[in-house]
Amino acid sequence: MNRAAKKPRKRVRPAAGATTRGVGGSPASGGQFTIQPAQQGDIPAVAALDAGITSLDKEPHWQDLFERSNARPTGHFFVVAKSPASPDALLGFIVGEIRAWEFGSAPCGWVYALGVAPRARGIGVGEALLDAIAREFRRLGMTKMRTMVAKQDALPMMFFRAEGMMAGPYIQLERNLG
Amino acid sequence: MKLQISSQLAVFAMVELVANTDRQLTVAEIGAKYGASSHHLAKVMHVLGDAGLVRAVRGAGGGYQFSGNARRTTLLDVIELFERLGPSGQDAGAAGEGTNEGLALHAVLREIDDTVRATLGSITLATFCGLVRRRQMERSATRSSPPANPPANR
Repeated sequence: MNRAAKKPRKRVRPAAGATTRGVGGSPASGGQFTIQPAQQGDIPAVAALDAGITSLDKEPHWQDLFERSNARPTGHFFVVAKSPASPDALLGFIVGEIRAWEFGSAPCGWVYALGVAPRARGIGVGEALLDAIAREFRRLGMTKMRTMVAKQDALPMMFFRAEGMMAGPYIQLERNLG
Repeated sequence: MKLQISSQLAVFAMVELVANTDRQLTVAEIGAKYGASSHHLAKVMHVLGDAGLVRAVRGAGGGYQFSGNARRTTLLDVIELFERLGPSGQDAGAAGEGTNEGLALHAVLREIDDTVRATLGSITLATFCGLVRRRQMERSATRSSPPANPPANR
């Protein structure tokens, strides 16, 4: 059994329009999807969803993120959206954590990854996932949430903009090595 | 960065039309709000009409209606109908053309241009209208809140 699976699951509050399942109560009815903490069994589906979007298979990376989020009691979140009708079908996921003093930045919530299955787009899954993690960041005292998006990735860029996110005070710099 | 007047008017007109999909707006109505001449706005609306973003409704009560997709049309889509943003290549005959200095300067300008395009290309009209609403709420809250340090009675 996975070491992380023994840890108590963190509570994730539902976003508006979504329902919770197994995170502090019985599932409410009528929602198109549920928002809940990821479990070990969700990771292959997360990896498959991501691979379908990015064409890159990196299951060990998702497994590592999942284990890290479970190993640390607070400030790390790996959350999924599922359909109540078919609980095994993953509709989306979000991964984030609170990071402090990187690049001189005061503690803030970072969204590392967000993915929504193409068939589940346009029904508010991404918004609900982002709302859920934002609520957790806020609950832990954060006043800022950040992410990073490739300039050419129009769809995620438009999504985060529509959610009220704007350019922050940092500019990412890079150089070629070798 | 500064946009041409036509580009600014086009964005403002789009915002007004997206926010008023239940009725038509005249160029006079839009122009009155932004201090623009009807003549200039009419030219802008003509370009927007050719791009399929607005539809002219003739007759009494006529005006313009938004006919695009506010969740798919970006600020960049609108602005590029009126002006070309940034250099896509070093202009022939430009000072320093072909020199290392010219190429280095061009690389810096291209970096700025990429950021401008990425920013404008990621903000849809719907998102921009949301920004406008947020600004309205912030200003209303500022106006209605009491001053932080009320003057002392004398």
